[in-house]
Amino acid sequence: MRRSLLFIPGNSPGMLQNAGIHQADALILDLEDAVAPAQKDAARALVRRALQALSYPGVEMIVRINPLGSGFTQADITAMVPLRPALLMPTKVSGPGDIQQVVAMVAQAEADSGLEQGSIGLLPLLETALGIENAYAIASCDPRVKAIFLGAEDLSADLQAHRTRGGEEIRYARGRVVVAARAAGIEAYDTPFTDVDDEEGLLQDAALARALGFSGKAAISPRHIEAINAAFSPSPEEISYAREVMAAIAEGQEQGRGAVSLRGKMIDKPIVDRARRVLDQARALGLGGDL
Amino acid sequence: MSKLVHALKDALVSAGLRDGMTISFHHHLRNGDQVLNQVLAQAAALGVRDLTVEASSLFDVHLPLLDHIRAGVVTGLNCNYMSGGIGRAISHGVLAKPVRFRSHGGRPDAIDSGRVVIDIAFVAAPAADPMGNANGVMGPGACGSLGYAMPDARHARKTVIVTDHLVPYPLIPASIPEDEVDYVVLVDSIGDPKGIVSGTTRITRDPVGLAIARYAAQVIEHSGLLQDGFSFQTGAGGASLAVTQYLKPIMKRLGVTGSFGLGGITGYLVEMLEEGYFTSLLDVQCFDLRAVQSIRDNPRHCEISASRYASPGVRSAAVNSLDAVVLGATEIDTQFNVNVHTDSNGLILGGSGGHSDAAAGARLTMIVAPLFRARLPIIVDRVLCTSTPGSTVDVLVTQKGVAVNPRRAQLRDRLRQGGLPVYEIEELKRAAQALTGVPRVVRPQGRVVAEVEYRDRSLLDTIRGVTGK
Amino acid sequence: MNIVSQAVAGTLESNDVLVQVGPSPGGIQLEVDSIVLNQFEDQIRQAVLDTARELGVQSARIALNDRGALECTIKARVETALRRAGEVSP
Repeated sequence: MRRSLLFIPGNSPGMLQNAGIHQADALILDLEDAVAPAQKDAARALVRRALQALSYPGVEMIVRINPLGSGFTQADITAMVPLRPALLMPTKVSGPGDIQQVVAMVAQAEADSGLEQGSIGLLPLLETALGIENAYAIASCDPRVKAIFLGAEDLSADLQAHRTRGGEEIRYARGRVVVAARAAGIEAYDTPFTDVDDEEGLLQDAALARALGFSGKAAISPRHIEAINAAFSPSPEEISYAREVMAAIAEGQEQGRGAVSLRGKMIDKPIVDRARRVLDQARALGLGGDL
Repeated sequence: MSKLVHALKDALVSAGLRDGMTISFHHHLRNGDQVLNQVLAQAAALGVRDLTVEASSLFDVHLPLLDHIRAGVVTGLNCNYMSGGIGRAISHGVLAKPVRFRSHGGRPDAIDSGRVVIDIAFVAAPAADPMGNANGVMGPGACGSLGYAMPDARHARKTVIVTDHLVPYPLIPASIPEDEVDYVVLVDSIGDPKGIVSGTTRITRDPVGLAIARYAAQVIEHSGLLQDGFSFQTGAGGASLAVTQYLKPIMKRLGVTGSFGLGGITGYLVEMLEEGYFTSLLDVQCFDLRAVQSIRDNPRHCEISASRYASPGVRSAAVNSLDAVVLGATEIDTQFNVNVHTDSNGLILGGSGGHSDAAAGARLTMIVAPLFRARLPIIVDRVLCTSTPGSTVDVLVTQKGVAVNPRRAQLRDRLRQGGLPVYEIEELKRAAQALTGVPRVVRPQGRVVAEVEYRDRSLLDTIRGVTGK
Repeated sequence: MNIVSQAVAGTLESNDVLVQVGPSPGGIQLEVDSIVLNQFEDQIRQAVLDTARELGVQSARIALNDRGALECTIKARVETALRRAGEVSP
């Protein structure tokens, strides 16, 4: 489960050595925007050595690599694949063609380092208008694509829109990304909330993302992780309602009734599915006592 | 009758300053203080030698003190804390006689009991009247509480008020009352307000410090102490202060109303007082402007003397009613002894302050520290200097998790049940060393340059000099 | 790898190390300055020499100004500086 994904600049030793303590479900070690062009080689070496030497128990490792056309993609992939990150995050992905190019490089790197084909999954970053329009094609083009990720900052620039606190300008893109991901049977992750000091804004933004169907949200500050984890975890009310649903279903089956209702409302399959999902999540997170 | 003298020099002469005397200073003006420097400059000009400086704390603004030491004007030094610039010179042997370090509670005990006799106390006073009534809440150099100056003024053979803000008699309120004062002198400035209090004390943004603070607040939550009437003290440094920020929402969620906040007071504790999380503040030292305003205007924000704050010799001290205290460390060893006097090379850069007093008094003493700073592991086999005995320390909080003193098995179980990552302190030590490597232990081998006197008057440790750079 | 030019990697930020590399007439000439020299000088030297050997560098002048970097950081910065200053022998 990836409720929170924390960006860590790839060329910062201080950030890298303490990246494991922030209770993020996943770390995104960044070789792209957080690293100046002249330091790409330094960041690659640092991330490689850090991942070899340091342990990050219970945290999933994702590496954000430079986009096609930057001249750095091949070197990034060659250096990172042998480290077996959970996922690579290709950037500025605008269509399935981009994914196919990256997949070819990753497959070659897997072969070169003796890894099983398909070991390394992809988490494409959709941050262009074309990428959003092609969201479903990207999400469904290759089994390596495990999830897609909305990047609102570059997207807003591409849309010639202004980034706002409420995020009205990315409402369509958010919906589109979630629909594409769910249609392809994969997960979708939401863009970070960039005002590090606006706690209230973060809470609203995370709640909105979860309500829209995102599975998790990225952060650029460790201080945002706690709130994001909370927003994407089932609440006590959700857990107790899910339990009631499952109990009512069990009782209905016992009595051989076809239709079961709870609090005067018919319990249909989507409600049961949702209750199961909530309880699975709660169990995975150790929430809500005995389940 | 007038206590007013024209100039500082006249005050020194009138008070009878001569060779071999002990003169005292308080540190409420912190790194803005000019009074200590002015007094020593005048003493040097008068040709006085062999003075012992009895200062509650010394800061780098007091570096001219080193010249007076080299010149023989000052040959003895006692204090509770010294900043790195002064400490380095002491570690390098500038002073022949060892410095005597006490704590914020041990010092007033020594003065109250007559073990330390002050010949002349110099009280830097942000406001005073001609008869010597003085306080810290008015004037351009307002610093808030004058708690550390109180025992000095009460027991010194002569007390001199040094002020740059003279008001008509009688000044109200009077933190230092006229019956304890012999002379009053008006100077141009007692100090630089920018060095006295910070505009605001800022909570750390360092993610490691915040992660530690979050765990520390959770330790308090699950300690069993967080109930109505809860009392709390925290240092003003990085992670310590941030604990307050994480504690507030926990108190809100649990509906707990605390009783008092203690010690050096910051705007964050003032905010919690004003929002009703605490019913009072007991203040021996203000750290920022908000605290100064509050102690002036809010009757629930109360100035206390150093004796009442932490002395082991008085009938009761506030630290003994304290539930939880959050303190820092430069090193902590596997017996939970804490060093706040030296760095990992043995150079002096601090002192107890109220560290050992609050640790001894509080029901729950927490040390917050990262696993390592700049590759130097904080947990060691044996601290270079014992500032606070491990028997008074309950929990170490790091970014990886917490270690509980084996003496507190019940507390350890509570924290485990509360979901905190609880380790043995040896495990945390090894976790740090897995990242940093095992450091070579550096133990200074020079002569003894300082002695650490514990609050029970025993000699807790000695600090040896450092040779080389 | 032969070291044929001057190069720098790393920074003077806390937890990092600034590494300067240049050609040497023979052997590895190593200069280490560090805020943790008393505690870690041997480990720091060893990390540099290991990295040079790993890259097949037999002669270079290497100077470190270390701000408390962990070993993996030291190795990464030394590697980067050496690669920037080197050319792979044909």
